[in-house]
Amino acid sequence: MIRLPYLLFFSAVLFSAGVYGVLARRNAVLVLMSIELMLNAVNVNLVAFNAYLRDAALTGQVFALFVITVAAAEVGIGLAIVILIYRNRETINVDEVNLLKW
Amino acid sequence: MSETYYQSYGIVVALLIGGVGLVAVAFGAARVVAPRRQLPEKLTTYECGIDPVGEGWSQSQIRYYIYAFLFVIFDVESVFLFPWATTFERLGMQAVVEMGIFVFILALGLLYAYRKKVLEWV
Amino acid sequence: MSVQEITFVIIAVIGGVSAVRMVTSRNVVHAALYLVVTLAMVGAVYLVVAAEFLAWVQVLIYVGAIVVLLLFSLMLTKAPIGRDTLDNQQRGLAALVGMGVLAGLAFLIQDSFGGSKPITLHQATTEQVGVTLFRGFVWPFEVVSVLLLAALVGAVVIARKDDPAGSRRGPDRRAPLRRGSEATRR
Repeated sequence: MIRLPYLLFFSAVLFSAGVYGVLARRNAVLVLMSIELMLNAVNVNLVAFNAYLRDAALTGQVFALFVITVAAAEVGIGLAIVILIYRNRETINVDEVNLLKW
Repeated sequence: MSETYYQSYGIVVALLIGGVGLVAVAFGAARVVAPRRQLPEKLTTYECGIDPVGEGWSQSQIRYYIYAFLFVIFDVESVFLFPWATTFERLGMQAVVEMGIFVFILALGLLYAYRKKVLEWV
Repeated sequence: MSVQEITFVIIAVIGGVSAVRMVTSRNVVHAALYLVVTLAMVGAVYLVVAAEFLAWVQVLIYVGAIVVLLLFSLMLTKAPIGRDTLDNQQRGLAALVGMGVLAGLAFLIQDSFGGSKPITLHQATTEQVGVTLFRGFVWPFEVVSVLLLAALVGAVVIARKDDPAGSRRGPDRRAPLRRGSEATRR
């Protein structure tokens, strides 16, 4: 027995922390970490609503599984790009990587 | 509701609390009992021997990143194998073919990595 | 409050505090380790809501693999330590936006689900997940394999770039040397 708002509020805390991290961090790796935090908040929501709606087919959990998988691919490519930027520019501060900025 | 589910994880939680408590008590006792006298020599990385030069951060090679990422990819694959292993008897040939395609596509990735010689440990 | 709720509140407090510590920490490695705590607590939340399979997937993929990748890239990029180098100048504004998002979400949650009945939890077995996955989500499942293949090929292409010269130059290439070679190439 657990009340839905508890779960949703936990996920809201994680999501807001992620939003703050994405906006306030300069280091690209830390930005990616904050994005992971936000994705986890989404997963908590999916699982919570899966339990709330009593879905016997567990669609929410399968969805969360896919989100985790896509997050793994995303973070792998993202970090590879960050490493490449570091090798070319000697910095991974996102506000210094402004070559394409008009 | 399956009461046994929470009971079985209750044992895990009890074990966790016991383990953490044991370590905490041991370290806490050491902190209380042990004499503490901070000297500058004690705070150096190596109390005897050559003084460390430079900074602690050292850059490792990018090829290690590929190994880590290969690990992630096949970790994800194994995660999909677990639910498959519990259901392929029930679902029959269809599930076997699905997983066959999945493993084949990922095997192509492994083959690519092998042909590009990133699997060689230097 | 039920036992599940008390357990959940303990887990959520640990997870939430370490999430906040993660985004405010001044040391990148500490941030990564706080992330480990947060991810483990999310896995514990899955256990509390009886999503057993997903909990162990969380441990396997996030705590076991993605964090390793993040720590690797921290080592590869030689990230500096300190508030000035890790945070930008918009910290106050970012905190404002974060608090605003939290307040808005909290209001919405309370407004929509504040009076909802407690959820009776049912254990989700791995078999149920497997049946749904291999009956209803066949195409997404196959597309995931293509996505992983593309990610793998992409990472190999990106990371292999300096290989012909790099492997011969030896493992201990210093940054100034590299910068020099970059300059001459330009």
